Amino acid sequence: MIDQIKATTDDTRVTFGFWVYLMTDAVLFASLFATYAVLKGNTFGGPGGGELFDLPFVLVETLLLLTSSFTAGLMMLAVHARRKTQVLAWLTVTFILGLSFLAMELSEFTQLVNEGNSWSRSGFLSAFFTLVGTHGLHILSGLIWLVVLMTQIMRQGLADSVIRRLTLFSMFWHFLDVIWIFIFTIVYLMGVL
Amino acid sequence: MSVIPRSSLVTYVIGFVLSLLLTISAFMLIMNHTLSGNEAIIAIVGLAVVQLFVQLFFFLHLGRESKPYWNLSVLLFAAGVIAVIIGGSLWIMRNLDYNMMTPEETKVYMHNHEGL
Repeated sequence: MIDQIKATTDDTRVTFGFWVYLMTDAVLFASLFATYAVLKGNTFGGPGGGELFDLPFVLVETLLLLTSSFTAGLMMLAVHARRKTQVLAWLTVTFILGLSFLAMELSEFTQLVNEGNSWSRSGFLSAFFTLVGTHGLHILSGLIWLVVLMTQIMRQGLADSVIRRLTLFSMFWHFLDVIWIFIFTIVYLMGVL
Repeated sequence: MSVIPRSSLVTYVIGFVLSLLLTISAFMLIMNHTLSGNEAIIAIVGLAVVQLFVQLFFFLHLGRESKPYWNLSVLLFAAGVIAVIIGGSLWIMRNLDYNMMTPEETKVYMHNHEGL
């Protein structure tokens, strides 16, 4: 039986507002995807996705991020149960998974640049770095936000305001995994076809 | 005000397992060259869209609102804007590419498409 507990009116407004923000972020990513779609063939004689992308590597990245989205969900369950230690534990796990994802992505970018395949090499690479890099910046921001939230929990416990922010963070984090679904599909999987 | 029912562990586990299956299927399809060309594209985009719905429902709890469906409405509007941006860009750029071919490109196009 689904538990029917009302959110407070204030919280409903704030979460809805944040949802609207996420929708605008989706539109931003859509424009980056459109740009990538237009430029993906413009390799300027250089390498394309088929030559550059390492699919097993991307699969591992994807699983890390997907799992972190799952653990963020588990974190929210702990919030609903008001179990502070569990919340901190799941936040830590989410952070480690997210950081691992970012570290892998950074190593991928570094290797590309060192090989001479930076964003200035071709239109394709410009679009690639912009789209995937923007997603990475969002992940980095999320990780910073996560640490700040953990500090607030340690100082204030699960105060109402802290709970509200944790809800918004989890929405943000799930959203980033949704965007990644399309990045791995359209950029990486389609890139090698 | 929308009432949002609470989720349970089962919800997240189902969402996670489904997403895992959809993700791994997509990667396997491509890495094992099970499909190629347009079939592959349709398959992986289809899997991506299904995973989108899975995550929207199980992780972001989108099916749960009672009336009025504000979250859903905003999502559908954003989807419309996104369709215009992506579809419109592709349409425009295809049109540009067709109308702005160099003589060399024209030769290649005529050979490939008109048999000249």
